[in-house]
Amino acid sequence: MKAVAHLLALATIFLAGCSDLSDGERRAAASMALSRLAPPPPDPSNAHADDPAAAALGATLFFDQRLSRNGQVACGTCHVIDRQFQDGLPLGRGIGTTDRRTMPLAGMAWNDWFFWDGRRDSLWAQALVPLEDAREHGGTRAGYAHFMQEQFGERYARIFGPLPDLSGLPAEAGPFGSPDEIAAWNRLTPEQRDSIDSVFANIGKAIAAFERSLAHAETRFDRFADAIAAGKRPEGNAALSAEELAGLKIFLGKGQCATCHTGPRFTDGSFHNTGVPPAAGLPADSGRAGALDEVEADPFNCLGPHSDSGPQACGELRFMARGEGLVRAYKTPSLRGAAARPPYMHAGQFATLDEVLDHYARAPAAPAGVSELHAFPLSERERAQLIAFLKTLDDPTGP
Amino acid sequence: MKSVQRLALVAGGLAVLAIVAFLGLRGGADRPAGPAGPPAATGALYAVVLEPQQAMPAIGEMKDWVLTLRRPDGTAVDGAAIAIDGGMPAHRHGLPTRPQVTADLGGGRYRVEGLKFSMGGRWELRFDISAAPGPETVTVVLDM
Repeated sequence: MKAVAHLLALATIFLAGCSDLSDGERRAAASMALSRLAPPPPDPSNAHADDPAAAALGATLFFDQRLSRNGQVACGTCHVIDRQFQDGLPLGRGIGTTDRRTMPLAGMAWNDWFFWDGRRDSLWAQALVPLEDAREHGGTRAGYAHFMQEQFGERYARIFGPLPDLSGLPAEAGPFGSPDEIAAWNRLTPEQRDSIDSVFANIGKAIAAFERSLAHAETRFDRFADAIAAGKRPEGNAALSAEELAGLKIFLGKGQCATCHTGPRFTDGSFHNTGVPPAAGLPADSGRAGALDEVEADPFNCLGPHSDSGPQACGELRFMARGEGLVRAYKTPSLRGAAARPPYMHAGQFATLDEVLDHYARAPAAPAGVSELHAFPLSERERAQLIAFLKTLDDPTGP
Repeated sequence: MKSVQRLALVAGGLAVLAIVAFLGLRGGADRPAGPAGPPAATGALYAVVLEPQQAMPAIGEMKDWVLTLRRPDGTAVDGAAIAIDGGMPAHRHGLPTRPQVTADLGGGRYRVEGLKFSMGGRWELRFDISAAPGPETVTVVLDM
């Protein structure tokens, strides 16, 4: 009888190790391990995307506050280096306050679209927008071109070739500046504008080359998923607690979180209306639907004159989806490190993960368009389990 | 008596192992339904087969596909105007891109560009076809 008891005990241990997750759950978890992430796709629109010299110049520019109207705002002002390159605020603050939550930057090289609404189609085109936004850096592209010539002329020339002749061009001019600066921009010849635009585009390409190097860190979840994928029992700090495991099952199961938060980056990179309420005090915001014409008309897009690729590399732009389904649709953010960076949503509408999960469980009607969410029952205990699981996606070495 | 007990133990152990093996191997319900052949559908006027031009693209990968259009009797249909729409009905969202037929390759074959599936699961692709036999919408279901 003692032997039977031993055998049953052994079988129980074996079963506990193997059957906590179903086959499908094990496959899904394994597919989300960081080790399964392919190298970043090339960006043919930026010939310098993987040039270390361009990345080094980009890193310098990223932290240089002189690239702003008041000399106090750099990319790194909102994309804070020791805070996952975000600022922890509901709305980003440069010279003024923006109407969007600052995004973290790890894994940006894998994105097809940039900003919450995808109003730019490359990392380098994205990097240019805040430089000219009056609420962010607030400068003009003519000013930035002169700055590059004065401060980084040699480095620029070694990477991008000789600077165009900028002599005689106004110190400040651009399509988004003050009325005087816009007038100065409009007085320039197309060739002069193109000279300034080419230097401006290369600033973006250098910053993008730097940002492409910002990768996700391995987390406890990744060690767990690697063990599962190898058919091993996760041990030590690769093991998830019963609470975390229960959270993973909700994440993959009735929560349907993995529908959009899928793959090693925990995002499908696409746009969805999840019925997120508007943020108080901000202008009307139609999300992806409101960004389509802008990205199509952007002179710095993949099909534009400053792109280094032919149209064959511009599939995302050429075959861009349109339609009513994109009203108030926003980009699925990665959940890696998300537990450590409240507040949440595109304008910081939710202060805590509890609020986020309550929203998803309740699935209220969207303020405009149609929410893709389905309501599901989520007890307080299950909510805590889901949050415990999300914390396994935090970088163990960082905030 | 002892040997009978041992036999019972061995039998019991084998039964447990069989259960474990069964639990480990089952999971058909969890497994994504893999298509037996390329995605296809037949309407009253047209039969449609959709095949990736090269290897089956991964989730999130934009690749060219070839659509083959025939009458139900197998005759190839050339010169058709084909519009493409679709989405994931279970998730209430459309396609992440706007795929288009960009070339009539002849022999009832058409190149489809811009098709991308951004997540695993069941997708519907609706082909609005206009050609000599008449207009018809044929819906193809794909499990990614």
